[in-house]
Parts: sequence; C-alpha cells; structure tokens
Amino acid sequence: MTSPPIPSPHPEGVPPVSPVPVRLAHERPLRLGPASWLLRLRSAAAALVLLAAAVLLMALNMRLGDIPMSVAEVFRAVTGDGPDHFVVMELRLPRALTGVLVGAALALAGAITQAIARNPLASPDVLGVTTGSSVAVVGVIVTAGSAAGGAGGALASVGVPLVALAGGLAGALAVYLLAWRGGLDGYRLVLVGVGVSAVFTNVKYWLLTVGDVTDSGRAMVWISGSLNGRGWEHVVPVAIALAVLVPAALAGTRSLGVLRFGDDTVTGLGVRTNLARGLLILAAVLLAAVATAAAGPIAFVALASPQIALRVAGVAQPPLVVSALCGAVLVTAADLAARTVAAPAELPVGVVTAVLGAPYLIYLLIRARRGARA
Amino acid sequence: MSTAVTPVRPPASGRPRPARPRPSLVLAGLLGAVAVAAVLSVMVGARPVPPADVWHALTGPTGTENDIVVSSLRVPRTALGLLAGVALGVAGALMQGHTRNPLADPGLLGVTQGAAFAMVAAIMVFGVTSLYGYIWFGLAGALVASVGVFALGMAGGGRGGPTPVTLALAGTAVSAFLYALTSAMVLMDEQAMDVFRFWQAGSIAGRGADVAWQVLPFVAAGLVLALVNAPGLNTLALGEDVARALGQNVALTRTVGVAAITLLSGAAVAACGALAFLGLMVPHLARPLSGPDHRLLLPYSGLLGAAALLGADVVGRVVARPGELEVGVVLALLGAPFFVALVRRRKPLRL
Repeated sequence: MTSPPIPSPHPEGVPPVSPVPVRLAHERPLRLGPASWLLRLRSAAAALVLLAAAVLLMALNMRLGDIPMSVAEVFRAVTGDGPDHFVVMELRLPRALTGVLVGAALALAGAITQAIARNPLASPDVLGVTTGSSVAVVGVIVTAGSAAGGAGGALASVGVPLVALAGGLAGALAVYLLAWRGGLDGYRLVLVGVGVSAVFTNVKYWLLTVGDVTDSGRAMVWISGSLNGRGWEHVVPVAIALAVLVPAALAGTRSLGVLRFGDDTVTGLGVRTNLARGLLILAAVLLAAVATAAAGPIAFVALASPQIALRVAGVAQPPLVVSALCGAVLVTAADLAARTVAAPAELPVGVVTAVLGAPYLIYLLIRARRGARA
Repeated sequence: MSTAVTPVRPPASGRPRPARPRPSLVLAGLLGAVAVAAVLSVMVGARPVPPADVWHALTGPTGTENDIVVSSLRVPRTALGLLAGVALGVAGALMQGHTRNPLADPGLLGVTQGAAFAMVAAIMVFGVTSLYGYIWFGLAGALVASVGVFALGMAGGGRGGPTPVTLALAGTAVSAFLYALTSAMVLMDEQAMDVFRFWQAGSIAGRGADVAWQVLPFVAAGLVLALVNAPGLNTLALGEDVARALGQNVALTRTVGVAAITLLSGAAVAACGALAFLGLMVPHLARPLSGPDHRLLLPYSGLLGAAALLGADVVGRVVARPGELEVGVVLALLGAPFFVALVRRRKPLRL
C-alpha cells in the first residue's frame, strides 16, 4: 500500500507517521499498552554497569577482615553454610550492605535536592538534615564523653543512631518551617537552609573545642561517616526507607522533571507545585536522615553522585536511579580503599569518598569541555 | 507653562522601583557602625578598660596595666578583626557575583580547606609549632588551592574562562578532597587535632600584632583588585555573551576577580580560621541596600563584614564571662537568624 501524495484523514484514527521522526538516536520510546516511557539507552547501560560494579565491589569488600578470604570463598559462604558462614552473614554482609544502601539513599536525596533547588551545589546539608544530625551526635559524644563514663555500649549502638535521626529530622523541620511562607519557594528554601546549616556547623566546631581531645577525635570519626561495626540493625531501617521512598520518588520524577522550570511554568503545566515539592523534599529528608543515622554524614556522596550520574548518563538533570547506583558504588569503593590503604588500621569511609569522588568529578568536568557541552 | 511641556515619565514596569537609601548615607551609617564596634572591641573584655584609659593608651602610653592590655591585646585583635571582616565581606560579594550563585561563599575556591590542609601538614610533617609559623603555611595553602581550583575551572570551562558552574563544582570537589586528607591526618595525630579544632572554630583572639601585619599586604592588594573588578563584574552580571558582545575581556575579568577573592579570603581564613560563611551572609544583607551595582555592593559588604565580625567578637567576650566564646560560633548564632529573617521578609534578589 503506497501512501497517497496528499495526506487524507484517517478514518481509523491512526495518526499519520511524521516523515521526519523527532527522536534522538540514543532514546527509544518503550510502549506497553497505553503507557509509554522514554528509554534512554545510555542511562540504562550506565545503570547496568554501575550495578555490576557495586556487586563486585561488595564481594571484594567482604574478603577483608580478620580471616582473609577469596571472592570464591565469600560466595560459597553466602550460599552454603561452611565455617565462615556466620562471619560472612553476620559481620561482613551487613557492613557491605549498609555501605551500598547508605550510598544509594544519600545520592538519591542529593539528586532530589539538586533538582528542586536547581542548584548543583545543593545537597541534604542544605535541608538541615546532615548538619542537624552532626551537631546532635557531637553534642552527645562530647558531653557524655570520657569524663562522664564514655559514650560506649548501648549508647553507642542504639543511642547515637537515634540521636542522629532525631537531630536530622529536627534540623529539616526547622529549615522547612522557617522557609515556609504561604508556599515553598525552592530558592528561599535553599537560602534558609544555608543559614540554618551555618549555625549547626559552627556550633559543631565549637562543641569540638569544648570536650577533651580524645572525645573530639571520636566525634570526628562519626561526623566523617564510618561503616565500622555496622550490623543488620543498621541495614534494616535504610532498606525499609529505600523500599518505600524509591518508588515514591520515581513516581514523582514527572514533577521533578518540570520543577526545574520557573514556578509559573510549572503551575501552568498543571503541577501542584507546593504539594509536589513538599513531598519530594520529604522523601529526600527521610532518605538522608535514615542514611545518616546508620553511618554518619558520609561526606560528598550526596553532592557528587548526582553530578557524576548526569554526566555519565548524558542527561540534563540528575537521573534518580543512576545517581543512587553511583552513590552505592562510590561508598562501597571508598570503604574498600579505607580498609586497605592504612591496613590494619581503618580510616572512616567518609574520609575516602571525597578522595575517590573528587578527582573523578573533576575529570568529568574537564572532559565535558571536549564533549562541546555548555 | 513649563508644566504643560514637561512629559510625565511613564512607569517602567507598572511597579515603582524599590527605594534605596542614598549611597553617602549608607556609607556614613556603615562607617559609624564599624567605628562603634571597633571602640567597643578595644574597651570590652575580661578586663574592661574605661574610655579615658583607652585614649590615654593610644595617645601617650606610660606603661600602666591598661596601656599594656590595650596596646598588646585589644588593638591587635581589633585590627585583625577589621581586616578579616572587610576581606571576607568583599570576597563574599565578589564570589557570589562571579559564580552568580547565592550559595557561594569565599571558601568555595578551596581557600579554607587549602589553609587547613597546609597548616595541619606543617604541624605533622615539619613540626611547626608557632602560630606565626603555621599562618604562613595556611596562606600558602589557601593560595595554592584556589589557583588549582581556578586552573581546573579553566580546563573545564572552555574559552572565555571558567563558567560559574564548573568553577563552583571544581571548588567544591577540591575542598572536599582536601578536607578528607585533613581529617585523615587529624584523626591519626592528636596534637594536630588539638590545634586544628581550635583553628576551625574561628577566632581573632590571642593573635598578636604580628599576625595583623602579616595579613595586611594581602588584604590591601586584594581590595585594590576587587575595586578594579567591580565595573567588569556589573557587565558580567548581564551574562557572559552580552558581556563579550559589549567588548569585555571575560577571562581577564574572571582572573582578576578570582585573584582578589583568593588574596582576601586566603589571608582572613589563614589568620582567623573557618569564618568563610561570614562572606556568605554579608552580601545578602548588603544587597537590599546597594542593589545589583557591585561598585556599591563591594564597599557595603566590606564594612558590614567588619562591623559584624567585631560586634560578634565583643558579644562573645561578654556572654561567657569569665571565659570567651569563639567568634565563629557567635557569628553563626547571631547572624544566621538575622539572615533567615531577611530571606523570609522579601522576595530574595536573584543573581
């Protein structure tokens, strides 16, 4: 059947195929009945590679410890129940999983924050979460320090995460309430967040000078972010938070995609700006707070992962899934390095995330110039 | 007759322009505030000095106890506070102008973490123990770090110099990198930790006149560059393409601006610790008074910065008697609520 030279109305209601398909080479529409998505091949490939890297790094990580193992032995211990089964399942797997999940949660929180603030420098610090957690925990460690019997035992394993969670949520609530004024302007939120974070950060610095130097050192380890001695009790909350909030955030991607335009445009497009923004910020806050409670405010993950992800995936705005996987890989790789560089001593993982992530981000920045991108 | 001829100027955009106070009035007011803060800073402290004794100590010291307190403690401290406050205020305004990012503080170029890294390394590796010694290292570290950030931003920015986003991201990345190395060193060495945590808290106390003299040439050079940079920055605020079309050398303007920021904030941070967020807040307070013109914004920010730093220092000496509260924490506790209130009160000026 040849098409007529002059387009005629189609009685079946099938629209005519546009002679020039408006489609980019690396994007394919994926249709499933009435629903359709834009499948970005480069994003999908990046996600798969990052997932594989995360699993591999986890396995490499789980070799380390008092009893060194090979990767094959690790896999055997996970599946079977040899003598190492207990060590791997109860000690090493939870630690590795905490790293992966915390990295993903922080990166996701960062991606949402950066999209809402429309600012590549924004991170959950700006929402008051991580700084709120830090100041609360440093306060507890310094005041309940060596002089008062030390922050050990139950306080260290249950109390500190709870204090961190409470501090993070309180910080976020303070920012939110102070920024709310008949609506939530992304710009005002960020500025208020900067002010509140400055208070928290400087109070934290001051608290570090109050206690004795040993307690300050221990507080420094926590505020750097550490995966040392993390067990299933740290994995479960982060896993639950991710299970609930990742689908929620993905459902909000549509709004997230348009929120980068000005408020008037967004409202014109039929998005309820305050509601969409409020829900997405809530998701970011919860993710960051739970992750921080589990492993401390691991530096740089929330800020760098979305920026790395959007450059790797070649898109304009931080992609959520790729960002989360970037975060997972970054934290796991950093943990591996933190345990091998100064072995047998162990650095806090947050010290290494920046050492690994910063050069890579810089490399991407420099390479972007050759890619002829603005 | 003239009433019939004079055309009525139509309102430009339907709304009247926001009324801004006259520059001469604002400058006089800010200078007055700085003077009051400086006088208080010389008088107030663990040992209050009455005004007559201050005058005596400044004009004809005879070696009384108050003379010594004023000349060896209070005056150097006040001078350092003035220098650091002006430097950070101006540097903050420049930084936000160049990056067009309201989150940019002068520490963004890596000066704070560069200084911290070099000082901690000096303590650990070279065994430097005197304050005077590690401030040199701090200065050198701040300068090297920000030159490095600028070079990276340049490499990422293409022709026309680094774009604001690449500059800001490169600065954040380098800062995070250096902070990580500093934390690692500090966690391994308790003595370095002890120095670092007090430097980090931010203070202008106990520095002596040497430090003020040490910092002065850098601040002076930075201020000259900043004032030279102001008109160019105004053009740049229209966007790089417009600025280029108007015949401006964008790369040169950026380079001069970054040099000024580096000198000003590097000197202040090395001497007084992590106070860079003063430079973040002050321009937001100055902008409603000055509007977008950097020729007004820069001096206003400098004076406001000095008044704020000295005022906070005085408060820190009063509230925690007989001890003192570091100026860093006082500035945050007093300044941030003010800043938040300001941000809430009006629709913030976008950069």
